[in-house]
Amino acid sequence: MKVLMLGWEYPPFVTGGLGVHSRGLTEGLARKNTDVTFIMPVGSDEMSTNPRIKVVRAGKRKKFIQIPSTMKPYLTSMDVKEETINGPKKKGDVYGDDMMKEAERFANLAAETARGEEFDLIHCHDWMTFPAGMKIKTESGKPLLVTVHSTEFDRMGSSSVSNGITHLEWKGMYEADRVITVSNYMKRRLVDLFSVPEEKIDVVYNAVDDVYRKGKANDHKKKERIVLFLGRLALQKGPDYFLHAARMVLEHEKNVKFVVVGKGGMLPQLINMSIQLGISDDVFFTGYQDDIGPYYEMADIYVMPSVSEPFGIAALEAMASGNPVLVSKQSGISEAIMHRLSFDFWDVEDLASKIIGILRHEPVRNLMAENGVRETKGFTWDKIAEKTLEVYSKLVN
Amino acid sequence: MASVCLYFQVHQPIRLNRFSFFDIGGEKEYFDSEKNRYYLERVARKCYRPANQLLLDMIKQTGGQLKLSFSITGILLEELEKNFPDVLDSFRKLADTGSVELMSETYYHSLAFLISKKEFMEQVKMHREKIRDVFGLTPTTFRNTEAMYSNEVADTVKKMGYKCIIAEGLDHILGWRSPNYLYKSKGAGLPVLLRNFRLSDDISFRFSTREWEGWPLTADKFSAWLKDAPGEIINLFMDYETFGEHQWEETGIFNFLKFLPGEILKHENLNFMTPAEIARKLEPKDVYDVPYLSSWADVHRDLSAWLENDMQKKSFSEIKRIGNRVKRKGDKRIIDMWRKLQTSDHYYYMCTKWFADGDVHKYFNYYDNPYEAFLNFMNIMYDLKKKVS
Repeated sequence: MKVLMLGWEYPPFVTGGLGVHSRGLTEGLARKNTDVTFIMPVGSDEMSTNPRIKVVRAGKRKKFIQIPSTMKPYLTSMDVKEETINGPKKKGDVYGDDMMKEAERFANLAAETARGEEFDLIHCHDWMTFPAGMKIKTESGKPLLVTVHSTEFDRMGSSSVSNGITHLEWKGMYEADRVITVSNYMKRRLVDLFSVPEEKIDVVYNAVDDVYRKGKANDHKKKERIVLFLGRLALQKGPDYFLHAARMVLEHEKNVKFVVVGKGGMLPQLINMSIQLGISDDVFFTGYQDDIGPYYEMADIYVMPSVSEPFGIAALEAMASGNPVLVSKQSGISEAIMHRLSFDFWDVEDLASKIIGILRHEPVRNLMAENGVRETKGFTWDKIAEKTLEVYSKLVN
Repeated sequence: MASVCLYFQVHQPIRLNRFSFFDIGGEKEYFDSEKNRYYLERVARKCYRPANQLLLDMIKQTGGQLKLSFSITGILLEELEKNFPDVLDSFRKLADTGSVELMSETYYHSLAFLISKKEFMEQVKMHREKIRDVFGLTPTTFRNTEAMYSNEVADTVKKMGYKCIIAEGLDHILGWRSPNYLYKSKGAGLPVLLRNFRLSDDISFRFSTREWEGWPLTADKFSAWLKDAPGEIINLFMDYETFGEHQWEETGIFNFLKFLPGEILKHENLNFMTPAEIARKLEPKDVYDVPYLSSWADVHRDLSAWLENDMQKKSFSEIKRIGNRVKRKGDKRIIDMWRKLQTSDHYYYMCTKWFADGDVHKYFNYYDNPYEAFLNFMNIMYDLKKKVS
């Protein structure tokens, strides 16, 4: 099987979880004897010096074609590692318009490249590649599969969505022969918000990268415990709920600190809030961090209070690193794993109560960590590749 | 001649309220009466009402030849009295036929035997009195929660005057021996009836399993198996909720139950007997020696469904620890709450060994997961602790 895949990033050009996902998926597919031609807009020589990619090339299982683009990393809610826009967004969404022009330009170039390629199906990731995917489908007559990692509604919150982008998202899913998304939670959203027929959507959960499977030193004797938030500081991620819960916990627990890793427009507001709540001595803002592994390692509890989270791969990483995790029910991850505690993002009291419970009861702490690590072992790129191939086989005989 | 001994366990757990850390020391109720009524209504509709009616009809039709036994927990009888008196009446009608035996157990379907013998005996007496009040009968057969059994349990209930006890027919204890005979307990010599788990599970677990070679299970097929079974008794023990709740009506379970007595009685070498009758009429063939507590649950037939992981052990040991204070306080309402927290189900919900017999646990868990069950229980436990300190 030959797949023409269209993506926006690929390591080392990673700004969000999507790049990591692209590599994990393509490598997984390659291991299962599937040829992938991956077309992406950015790239440089550095990329081909990556020994990993060279190795794959040598096996002729994977191929990269780069299309020159000035495009900067795009906005995704997948991960903390992304860039965020500085300053408040203006009406008319200038940035979004630029992005849409970029997507159009990418469509033309990608279609040109595709004309010289042989493939059985087209597989796109998120809206920026949808125009390209649709164009290539029209020209080649091959089936189109789109993966929706997040929608504009998940990234921006319903108040500031770009109509142009949501329209593209709808159109891409409409034109696609099948749609993959990352959770049943997202599947319901795609049905509700974009009227995608339910039977057209397959769910394939995300995987966790092996770098987060290091495990943790035994810390029974530790005096001070750390509760971790890690994500973009935006309303959709619920950092404000995290601080409100922190205040409730700190009224009853002394030896606990709250750490907020990530950056975003809400940072000044959150710092003010921690002062107003009288908890600024116990809350630390680290800003954006390149290497988040050490944070997972030092934490004792990971909290993901997202208002809406397509999947929530950070929770899976935290869990693989040996943390008990608390995730909002408004997330994909809460349905994908059993060994976690969940809460409604707005139910600060429930969240605080559960944090206290985990802090006070060693048995629950240990069992969640132990079983959590085991459970995350099932979330591998090979599994994703396998599930994705099942979807491919529905499109290609 | 072999006698078929039917025994159905009738119990519904008492669900706890969602109890946050911030509710400790407040006025919040421990038990979710609304949810309890909701679940009980469902099981009454799907199982108790139709199954009771069916059994009553069958007893009449067979002229009383169909005999069976129930063990109904005290906390369920309480709920039925309060909210579903018609269901209680239908059990009374069954008891009045004279073909139905009622057994004793702990009032609270509890792990009281692991708290202390004194506590255990008090709860058994409570249950015995409840059965007397409601049915006007005095039980002579005993079954412990989830058929938890050891020589010591048998010894204790023999001293309380019981004539017979129920236990699981454990392969590793029986060895080459068959569960289809009457045994006696080691030491006390109390008659022990052993569950034939293969034949019992054919109904309660495998009835609707299409991959099973016995599927579809019909009354005549099953009675033929019973006819060919070796031994003197065939003990079919299971949860009453098998009928209509675990095995849905659509699986044909009620038709199976309806035709079973007639099909069994067609065979000349088969009849029905109750546990009390068996203990009276048959001689124990051998000694059943179980030095450690066992049960009828899951694959392991041990206590691991309730007291294996550290959450289960910690919550139960805390409950045990506050016992003296609760009793010293002497407040009947608080003692009742404390005992309701000994009910085995609370600990079952904290079970994490999903991986081996996962589906069963998942089905019965009304919590999101075991961690949630544990934290919720502990908050209630600390509230109770506050009340008695």
